[in-house]
Amino acid sequence: MWAFIHKLGSPKWFYTISSRLQPWFWGLAILLLLVGSVWGLAFAPSDYQQGNSFRIIYVHVPAAILAQSCFVAMAVSGVIFLVWKIKIADMAATVIAPFGAAMTFVALFSGAVWGMPTWGTWWVWDARLTSMLIQLFLYLGVIALRGAFASRDSGARAASVLALVGVVNIPIIKYSVNWWNTLHQPATFTLTERPAMPMDMWLPLLIMVLGFYCFFIALTLTRTRNEILRRESAKRWVRELVADTGRRG
Amino acid sequence: MAFRLEARGLTCERDDRRLFQALDLDVGPGEVLRVEGPNGSGKTTLLKILSGQLTDHEGELRWCGQPMRKVRTAFLANLLYLGHSPGIKAALTAVENLAWYQALSGEHGDEAERLAVLEEIGLYGFEDVPVAQLSAGQQRRVALARLSLTQRPLWVLDEPFTAIDKQGVARLEQRLLAHARAGGSVILTTHHELAPLGELRRITLGQAVCNRSGE
Amino acid sequence: MQVIEPKAELGIAVRATIKRDMTLVLRRRSEVINPLVFFALVITLFPLGISPDPQMLAAIAPGLLWVAALLATQLSLDTLFRSDYDDGSLEQLLLSPQPLPALVLSKTLVHWLLTGLPLALMAPLLGLMLALPGQSYAVLAFSLALGSASLSLIGAIGAALTVGLSRGGVLLSLLVLPLYIPVLIFGAGAVQVVILGGNAAPYLAILGAQLCLALMLAPWAIAAALRISING
Repeated sequence: MWAFIHKLGSPKWFYTISSRLQPWFWGLAILLLLVGSVWGLAFAPSDYQQGNSFRIIYVHVPAAILAQSCFVAMAVSGVIFLVWKIKIADMAATVIAPFGAAMTFVALFSGAVWGMPTWGTWWVWDARLTSMLIQLFLYLGVIALRGAFASRDSGARAASVLALVGVVNIPIIKYSVNWWNTLHQPATFTLTERPAMPMDMWLPLLIMVLGFYCFFIALTLTRTRNEILRRESAKRWVRELVADTGRRG
Repeated sequence: MAFRLEARGLTCERDDRRLFQALDLDVGPGEVLRVEGPNGSGKTTLLKILSGQLTDHEGELRWCGQPMRKVRTAFLANLLYLGHSPGIKAALTAVENLAWYQALSGEHGDEAERLAVLEEIGLYGFEDVPVAQLSAGQQRRVALARLSLTQRPLWVLDEPFTAIDKQGVARLEQRLLAHARAGGSVILTTHHELAPLGELRRITLGQAVCNRSGE
Repeated sequence: MQVIEPKAELGIAVRATIKRDMTLVLRRRSEVINPLVFFALVITLFPLGISPDPQMLAAIAPGLLWVAALLATQLSLDTLFRSDYDDGSLEQLLLSPQPLPALVLSKTLVHWLLTGLPLALMAPLLGLMLALPGQSYAVLAFSLALGSASLSLIGAIGAALTVGLSRGGVLLSLLVLPLYIPVLIFGAGAVQVVILGGNAAPYLAILGAQLCLALMLAPWAIAAALRISING
């Protein structure tokens, strides 16, 4: 068991296995995203209250879900790195952070765009949007802290601790913001909470969510592979690999 | 029970720079170990590893035959580490500084004892002055006073001779020798030529090796 | 020479650390006074920037007082470990044979005693200037006292993470302010609800729960962060 985990943690092994996995995830991601967006944007019925503007849900909700999953993934990688000192976990955390921040931003932006036709204003201090905004700040903090250290190893450890502190706090923040929101704006119309969505609206959303996840996994694999090459550029296997590719190319 | 600090196969890599590799060493009662090497060869890092501060290394560290992770507290109770910065608060007096260090090791200490130690290091009459008003060398001496004040078998000293005058150097050498004779042990780095110190062993860290190709 | 058994005298170490930090701060009194002046100054800015109309001020006073107190705590945090780091005594603290979380907890306690508590005691005075309704003064002071203890603990994690960085000030705020939000919501909420004639007890209870959680988890996070920073 332990030997297996450490083997998985070795960059070289990860590099080999991920090269086999990544085409599948990329293919799946493109397929799902294509099907989901065509179905959702063109064929799903329009909403009886919001008309066609509700279709932004097919970007907003998957992005918001991913934004939260990424934070958890980042914190889990951080723990693995802190406890078992597996470097690959930190490489993954390094590449997940900007992606998560980008997803948070996409969720915020699509929320704002959605807000215009729904509420008649770009920004409303809605509970979801507010916690999303706070989460964006948490992401930016983790990225900034990692960058602030001169030593990459210390930066990695500090960022892991902060991600862990953040992940403990996110549920607390969400609950507080919800409480605060009900207090100040009783009975606002939230974007996504609605009674039983019809199947043909809901299915494309599910496909989009899965597509976003596959995209996330594929991108993380590819970017982690780049990070491995960058960090391990002095190791013999990387040099051999580069020489090999050079010869073939 | 005699104590022993053992390191097996210590390898330290910091941000792609390999500082040392497969280092073995043993320190027991009565031994003085001097870590040598050019600037940047990892002397301070090695001292930090040996004092249990840095755990970011490969290889094993054992105290009295037990892995360091498990007996950290027991090890720390036997360790006196003096680093580059003396660890002396400038706004406190020498006596207050020493009292805090005694308390950290769980002792109340005794005012008369602290005054006696200050007298011994030549700071009699300065005990009630904030350390900020003392010279750099005198501040360093306050830190060194801890050697006499708290009984710790293992001393890890990073450049202990910095900023002290000739007299002080001689006195510190005497102090190290006496500690080794009494069955304590010392691990130190210094650029200073040491007078013969009993059983002095040396370990030389090589030129800093960069394992990045083309550098 | 004999091996020395560790003395499990945590009480001595904790008491000495509290005494030492108290002495240090009290010898430089400006460190206690500056956050208070900052607090008063920020509060002065708002009537100038918005309007001196007592009714409007009273409406926003709970939030203003809480935000200003939060920022004042935040600004004083940078010094919590910085001077210890600079002179090497932080390194020695980490090498003491005592549990580090307990020692950092005592340092944080001193920070709260000399920053959070004075701020809480001063807040009613500033509340008076913002025309805060009379019945809310006690809750204002109490919620600030309770909440600022959580703020000190959470902030100390950030301070520990950035202590090794030469210019950590702005970064520290970036890391810590988002984490302060739950405390702010329930702290300001408690004062608000009293003004509206409600019962503040649930809010204060949640503030207390937050403090308990922070007391349980923060010392370990601070200790871990310090161990990372010291080798930065």
